[in-house]
Amino acid sequence: MKPEDTEEIPSSLFDRMRKTLAPSGIPTDRRGRMRMVVDTLILHIHPTKVNSRTLRFTYTWGLGGLSALLTVILVSTGVLLEMNYTPSPPDAYLDIINLTTNVWFGSLVRNLHHWSGNLLIVAAVLHLLRVFFTGGHRPPRELNWMLGVAMLLLVLGANFTGYLLPWDELAYWAITVGTSIISYVPLVGEWLNRLLLGGPEVGAATLLNFYALHISIIPVTVVLLMSYHFWRIRKDGGLTIPKKPGEELPKKMESVTTIPYLVRPELMFAIAWLAIMFFWAMLVPAPLEGIANPLVSPNPAKAPWYFMGLQELLLHFHPVIGAVLIPGLALTSLFLLPFYDVEIKTVGVYFRSQRGRYLAIISAGLSLLISPIWVLLDEYVIHWTMWLPSWPTWISNGLVPLSILLLGIFVLTGWIAKLSRASLEERVLVIFVYLFTALVVLTVIGIFFRGPGMELFWPWMMPGH
Amino acid sequence: MVLIMSENEKKKKINRNNFLKIAWGAVAGLVALEIGGVTLAYMQPRLGDGEFGGMIEAGEVDTFPPGSVTQITEGRFYLSRLKDGGFLALYQRCTHLGCSVPWDQVQEKFICPCHNSQFTTVGDVINPPAPRALDLFPILIEDGIIKIDTSNPISRQNYDITQIVYA
Repeated sequence: MKPEDTEEIPSSLFDRMRKTLAPSGIPTDRRGRMRMVVDTLILHIHPTKVNSRTLRFTYTWGLGGLSALLTVILVSTGVLLEMNYTPSPPDAYLDIINLTTNVWFGSLVRNLHHWSGNLLIVAAVLHLLRVFFTGGHRPPRELNWMLGVAMLLLVLGANFTGYLLPWDELAYWAITVGTSIISYVPLVGEWLNRLLLGGPEVGAATLLNFYALHISIIPVTVVLLMSYHFWRIRKDGGLTIPKKPGEELPKKMESVTTIPYLVRPELMFAIAWLAIMFFWAMLVPAPLEGIANPLVSPNPAKAPWYFMGLQELLLHFHPVIGAVLIPGLALTSLFLLPFYDVEIKTVGVYFRSQRGRYLAIISAGLSLLISPIWVLLDEYVIHWTMWLPSWPTWISNGLVPLSILLLGIFVLTGWIAKLSRASLEERVLVIFVYLFTALVVLTVIGIFFRGPGMELFWPWMMPGH
Repeated sequence: MVLIMSENEKKKKINRNNFLKIAWGAVAGLVALEIGGVTLAYMQPRLGDGEFGGMIEAGEVDTFPPGSVTQITEGRFYLSRLKDGGFLALYQRCTHLGCSVPWDQVQEKFICPCHNSQFTTVGDVINPPAPRALDLFPILIEDGIIKIDTSNPISRQNYDITQIVYA
């Protein structure tokens, strides 16, 4: 006789329904709690027990969880938005106007979707930083790192395709400038650009293409990769375990049941962030400008904020170098990181070691100082094409400054590493921090310091404000 | 002797196996290529007549005086009639990052608002960052009517006289 057969069937209809949906309530004993994790579909993404050290909030900052929560918000609000939207100009724009003025809570749903999408980029990047700084990309977690980088690219793609859908001036010109960057890829760029746009410029076909990418192709891929990502966490033995610099992990470590020690903080964190997102969406409306006018470009015409670092690079380098070679090299290095940064002894130690912590601060500081100086020099003092007039511009305003920059970074970080007797992994850390800080600096300059004609201005002296 | 025979047979057998593996692999590869090709062909730009991306009628030849630049808004191009009476259809899209370039009648040049690229009446670059001259559309003149095919902008490095179309 099976154990279930011995249980009596509740006499009332309500109790029978309750028994099916929640068979025994939430168990309070260790064994029952572990059993419940195994038996429940959603909880099953977790192991039955977790190492209690990995629960420390200031180790993970809940960034992966926040990314997952934002994805859930995005899917829910996105599905609602679809019901009030026609992917065709000019209806697309009129639908957004209608949504924000006539539809009950239309603005709220749109704002939630908009801000969650933008925050997801920030959360995913911070998650990547957290994992890198604690060595979470190192063996055996190489594959999960690569899945994460792939998802970051998809998140950028989702944001970019979604940016066009309101069909206002902001959307139209940001996507025009953003997709034009693609056309600088040698050989296939023009073709790829036209395929994506469905014509020679952003138009009705582009809107439909982006809509399809935004509401089905990208989200489906993201959800599949997310499931794979979660599954790999378990296959790789859970999260990396936090350690102090130089600490050896004991052979036996305390582990606690997932219910309630992991599930409870997760739920609390999710509810808190849900509340934050609602307040944010209520207080700050998503931007909406006038309807797109393909005949007149605004001045300045800027890409979406997350691509402003790239557009800033484009102002300093020949497009093949600035839009293709540098981002390509950076992405490849990021993707293949777990194959050349492999020291497993320091996994779980923030910034590898005490020395690593100092080096990270020094490196970030140097980059904060040098990157703006380089931007200013290149803007006002250096004129490669004038100085080397007989050379092709992709060499004079491309390979020449790139070589100088790479050599500079190599010498500078090598010098820091030598002075501090840093190990290889600490040197990789120094270079990573330096380049990431530079990307942040370029993005901030692009967003706040570029005005009409893409000239440099102080943000508080920006013309037209 | 027997040993050598069996070795040969083994080799032969492996070859046959290999052949099948390669054949199946090739078939699978072919299927993948076909699916990829079908998808790409399906996604090719789709265009219609009378709107941008199709055939646009600009008007009669005589309505455009020599030495003038006329914006044809529905076709997103400028019809530039040179002093010798020849025509060029210049796509208004800046070759730098795709902004729409307005014609400045006073300075007699195209000046892009985004990054200050400047172009002459034939579309040549006067001022970078634009990397090449404005794109052209093919011009067809039938019975004194100028028609422009806007489906496929022709990219070019510089202006040269072979690009001019005469009535």
